[in-house]
Amino acid sequence: MYVAVKGGERAIDNAHAWLAEDRRGDPEVPELSVAQIREQMRLAVNRVMAEGSLYDPDLAALAIKQSRGDLIEAIFLIRAYRTTLPRFGGSRPVDTGTMACDRRISATFKDAPGGQVLGPTFDYTHRLLDFKLAAEGTVPPAPTADPLPETAPHIMGFLDREGLIQSEPEGPDTPPDLTRSPLELPAERALRLQALARGDEGFLLGLAYSTQRGYARNHAFVAELRIGTVAVEMDIPELGFAIEIGEMTLTECETVNQFTGSKTEPAQFTRGYGLVFGMSERKALSMALVDRALRWKELGEDDSGAPAQNAEFVLYHSDNIQATGFLEHIKLPHYVDFQSELELVRKLRAQTAAGGVTATATAAQDCETGS
Amino acid sequence: MQTQSLDGGFHNAPIEAAYAFRAVMRAMACPGTIVTLAGAEPPAPLSRAAGVVVLTLCDPETPVYLAPSRNTAAIRDWITFHTGAPLVAADRAAFGLGLWSELGQGGFPLGTAEYPDRSATLIVELPQLAAAGATLQGPGIETSAELSLPEIAAFQANARLFPRGLDYLFTCGDRLAGLPRTTKVR
Amino acid sequence: MSLLAKAPEDGLARLWSAAGPEPAHRVLRAPETGAVMVRGRAGAVGAAFNLGEMTVTRCSVRLEDGTVGHGYVQGRSKAKAMTAALVDALMQTAAAPVLEQQLLQPLRAALAEAAAARSARAAATKVDFFTMVRGED
Repeated sequence: MYVAVKGGERAIDNAHAWLAEDRRGDPEVPELSVAQIREQMRLAVNRVMAEGSLYDPDLAALAIKQSRGDLIEAIFLIRAYRTTLPRFGGSRPVDTGTMACDRRISATFKDAPGGQVLGPTFDYTHRLLDFKLAAEGTVPPAPTADPLPETAPHIMGFLDREGLIQSEPEGPDTPPDLTRSPLELPAERALRLQALARGDEGFLLGLAYSTQRGYARNHAFVAELRIGTVAVEMDIPELGFAIEIGEMTLTECETVNQFTGSKTEPAQFTRGYGLVFGMSERKALSMALVDRALRWKELGEDDSGAPAQNAEFVLYHSDNIQATGFLEHIKLPHYVDFQSELELVRKLRAQTAAGGVTATATAAQDCETGS
Repeated sequence: MQTQSLDGGFHNAPIEAAYAFRAVMRAMACPGTIVTLAGAEPPAPLSRAAGVVVLTLCDPETPVYLAPSRNTAAIRDWITFHTGAPLVAADRAAFGLGLWSELGQGGFPLGTAEYPDRSATLIVELPQLAAAGATLQGPGIETSAELSLPEIAAFQANARLFPRGLDYLFTCGDRLAGLPRTTKVR
Repeated sequence: MSLLAKAPEDGLARLWSAAGPEPAHRVLRAPETGAVMVRGRAGAVGAAFNLGEMTVTRCSVRLEDGTVGHGYVQGRSKAKAMTAALVDALMQTAAAPVLEQQLLQPLRAALAEAAAARSARAAATKVDFFTMVRGED
């Protein structure tokens, strides 16, 4: 029997009202503005833009405020908002070679042309809590030096010139888009990179770490990590030419892996690639390692059965909005499902008690129907 | 791009497109029903109804095929400016636009068994459109309906391809009727 | 147009209102906010892939003399898109030199100054390596 019930509207309205009050917190404490979140919680804003897959710092900051700092909830809000926007078209691929770099480091070449530029990094801090931040105060301006040249060459280009690194194949002008058509396997690299770019940072970090610990022999060097602003250009049909429609901060990570060669390829280095909205260094590194692990087939390597090599596993579980949607739905009413399970367990118990009949009945379970 | 072709779009796109979408949906849900569309003034010889459909349903991800009678510089520019839809050959089109004598030749994507939605919708400009002529039966029609189709055999053949096949929108002036692949034509 | 796309909204609005009254015009395509899919390249040089979207607002206008202007600006400001379209149209008319001087040059200078300030801070974090001990024995 199926029983439909409804109710709880008043409870829901009141819960929302309390949520709004609780979000505000103690009214004696000044309220956060969206601009404050945008400027002072910038890395949280960046994560929401990257995984929400929409570059708009003000919207991301608003989402963080609305979600009380729950970043996955904020990403959910951004994903929902972006579905309401008409798509004007696609940009030309951004040219990260022309990036105005805030940070640009190489772990492979000390004397990289253009130099090692640290930028505003946590790397060399002592991870000691700074109690001065608990008190209000002004920050002295950072030191300056003569501005750097406008662009710095990609370090990978130097290995490329020697022919020591695998070359990147060209592809179609319009790449496949998993926001427009469902993900089909086997997924080409363009689709994998799109999924990784919007994937959950924590999930990718765990996978990338697993490759370092030996699940898919994957010893990566960071050839280059750069963070800075690039221009975004789009062809405008009514003009007949391309214009810059804006600029954005990106984090790019290029890794090199040793490759001993295959039947068709000589010994050389291979590449992993990470590109993420905003300043998102951990995510870009993780993306590059996972990208490289997923390339085993095209590079003629063995499948060692590692999770990070399994495209189906990685791509179907990297999206935190899909994941949290399915996970969290189990807390919503499943009264009818559970009633049927309860009946079944009681029946099996009764049978056992009644005649010592061995309960061999296998329960046909279809837990998601009829709920 | 000719600047005259930039006129004639929606004045209030969200509202007008929503009304138009609702009307097109009704025409497709109830085959044989004739609806009236408003809001666009496309360049001749494109009908107002066809223009409104293009503004409402086309965007940079819906390639459009223009049959020779509709393939004029003014129409091309108008569609490009207002929708951004790429103009392509029939075999790549999501929408086809023209007269029945042109579009009836076929050559459009019919979808696949796995993805029947990857098929074209044809916007057929008719000299007249009336609830009389061929008999229509099927989903969305209580008993039967009538519509002045340009022929019968082609639409019967299309219905036999189900779940693959084309969907049709017939336009005349500011009026429009729909014929999805599910409708049986006699 | 590229400059207007990136210019800060406040700065553009201030310079625009100082540049004189808004010219008479007709709206061809009302300001509309949408998304553009931003693409990257695998390995920075290979096949294109979709990185994610950005918000963009666009608008098209026609001046009384028939000149058409288009505005495409980053973000969601309809007023900024409208201003960008009007400036684009006026830059094709006799008003161009004045507008160039009163509006575009200050915007260009402000953006260049901001970029130089960032680059100067980055330059101060450039590493100078020096050799401590050379292990040659």
